[in-house]
Amino acid sequence: MAEIRNYTMNFGPQHPAAHGVLRLVMEMDGEVIERLDPHIGLLHRGTEKLAENKPFNQSIGYMDRLDYVSMMCNEHGYVRAVEKLLGIEAPERAQYIRVMFDEITRILNHLLWLGTHGLDLGAMTMFLYCFREREDLMDCYEAVSGARMHATYYRVGGVHRDLPNQMPQYEPTKIHGKKDVARMNENRQGSLLDFIWDFTERFPGCVDDYETLLTDNRIWKQRTVGIGVVSPERAMQMGFSGVMLRGSGIEWDLRKKQPYAAYDRMDFDIPVGVVGDCYDRYLVRMEEMRQSNRIIRQCVRWLKQNPGPVMIDNHKIAPPRRGEMKGDMESLIHHFKLFTEGYCVPEGEAYAAVEAPKGEFGCYVISDGANKPYRLKIRAPGFVHLSSIHEMCQGHMLADVVAVIGTQDIVFGEIDR
Amino acid sequence: MNTRVRQLLRSFLLWELLKGLRVTGRHLFARKITVQYPEEKTPKSPRFRGLHALRRYPNGEERCIACKLCEAVCPAAAITIESEEREDGTRRTTRYDIDLFKCIYCGFCEEACPVDSIVETHIHEFHFENRGENVITKEQLLAIGDQYEAEIAAARGTDAPYR
Repeated sequence: MAEIRNYTMNFGPQHPAAHGVLRLVMEMDGEVIERLDPHIGLLHRGTEKLAENKPFNQSIGYMDRLDYVSMMCNEHGYVRAVEKLLGIEAPERAQYIRVMFDEITRILNHLLWLGTHGLDLGAMTMFLYCFREREDLMDCYEAVSGARMHATYYRVGGVHRDLPNQMPQYEPTKIHGKKDVARMNENRQGSLLDFIWDFTERFPGCVDDYETLLTDNRIWKQRTVGIGVVSPERAMQMGFSGVMLRGSGIEWDLRKKQPYAAYDRMDFDIPVGVVGDCYDRYLVRMEEMRQSNRIIRQCVRWLKQNPGPVMIDNHKIAPPRRGEMKGDMESLIHHFKLFTEGYCVPEGEAYAAVEAPKGEFGCYVISDGANKPYRLKIRAPGFVHLSSIHEMCQGHMLADVVAVIGTQDIVFGEIDR
Repeated sequence: MNTRVRQLLRSFLLWELLKGLRVTGRHLFARKITVQYPEEKTPKSPRFRGLHALRRYPNGEERCIACKLCEAVCPAAAITIESEEREDGTRRTTRYDIDLFKCIYCGFCEEACPVDSIVETHIHEFHFENRGENVITKEQLLAIGDQYEAEIAAARGTDAPYR
């Protein structure tokens, strides 16, 4: 009789379902996972070390590139940590803009997650529909910051520029004549806030469409129900946060429990799961998109009525406006000082966390009084979630590994940092 | 009992799949949202950050005064500047290189420039064919600026109230 042995197999790092550069070494008994060992580090760029060698503001752009599908949330975490050290607070309008863009980012992230998770599990159409909606949100990103993904929009002490009063328009071409273009530009007539408002009117209908396609679908349920079950106790023990924790039925959301920016003035609910399987986490994320939509609407309403500054009026930290800089010697000196040396942060340490779409994204900054951080530690939610992959997959089939990777919403930018 | 029968019936008739097919069917006949890329393009914000350019004053004099703020503020250290005094006593750059592989397009250089010289244009479609072409020189940057000056100025003008 032949000897039966476990088979060791390699998954990734170039596997389309590996969500980037995840390498899994799997020990398998037939098609059942016995042991699963994630190998990480293939996207390590040394962000934490790089930050030690630059003035505080210059690292903001690197935060975008950590979790590269929830850019502005990462910036928010970093900027809040530095603000805490400096003991300053952004103006109220900037707080609302930050909340609005955090929620836009959450929808962006969940849409990408839904698209790729669907694609992994065989629901091709989701990908196309999700990317259609993402396009509008990326236009919002571009309108405020000038980049569709890596925005570098949040600054210590506020946000870079105020929201624009007009949206860029389509131009008529041979393919789309004047009449078509007028229709395509219909929601671009007003300001950015009008454009976002129009999106929030449409978006719940889009989520309904996604849910019609997936929620009751038997194939979707077969692939997700009962897969990767995490009990609430284990979820807490393993340090989960965000949807992974809420999917297991624990009502924990930093936006509610430790409100930051303008979240204490927002009216929204936290969805929680019951069983803690992939299907529950899917439902939680779908509901979160609806709640984010609600928060965005509240922000738009507030921002329309309350114009004001978006940057603090302290030229030791925030550069003066361009007009002032060109006409006034003192402003010019401030400008030069800020763009060469930056600002010095008092000695001390601070931790600030935000509820990023994937979980708790935190920055721990230690300053020795210089214009650069002495040490920056980034608490990435994905790292914690990935470390539980063995426990979540053990005993499941090979195809379920893909579902679990999807449900953990892994992005390698933040795990490898 | 009634709901159980209904559930069975629905399950048997593939009800939820048909509902899903109705959604995809509706989208099949809906108006297309795609744009035919090379012929037509999606609109671009005046704040867009693409390929760099160096600008000139209307009299043809280059704006850059070699203050090296952009070099200092660049998080990726993509800019290299060397400067010299010119015959007429003004300070100008003799070398202004941007390594486009290092550049992260954060827009800090434009923000830092006190004379609006270095700007990030709306150009996002560019490529290199040979090794080394990723480093663009002062001449190339000025040429881009000359070619697109009208658009660059218009975009800066639109965005001026916010800066």
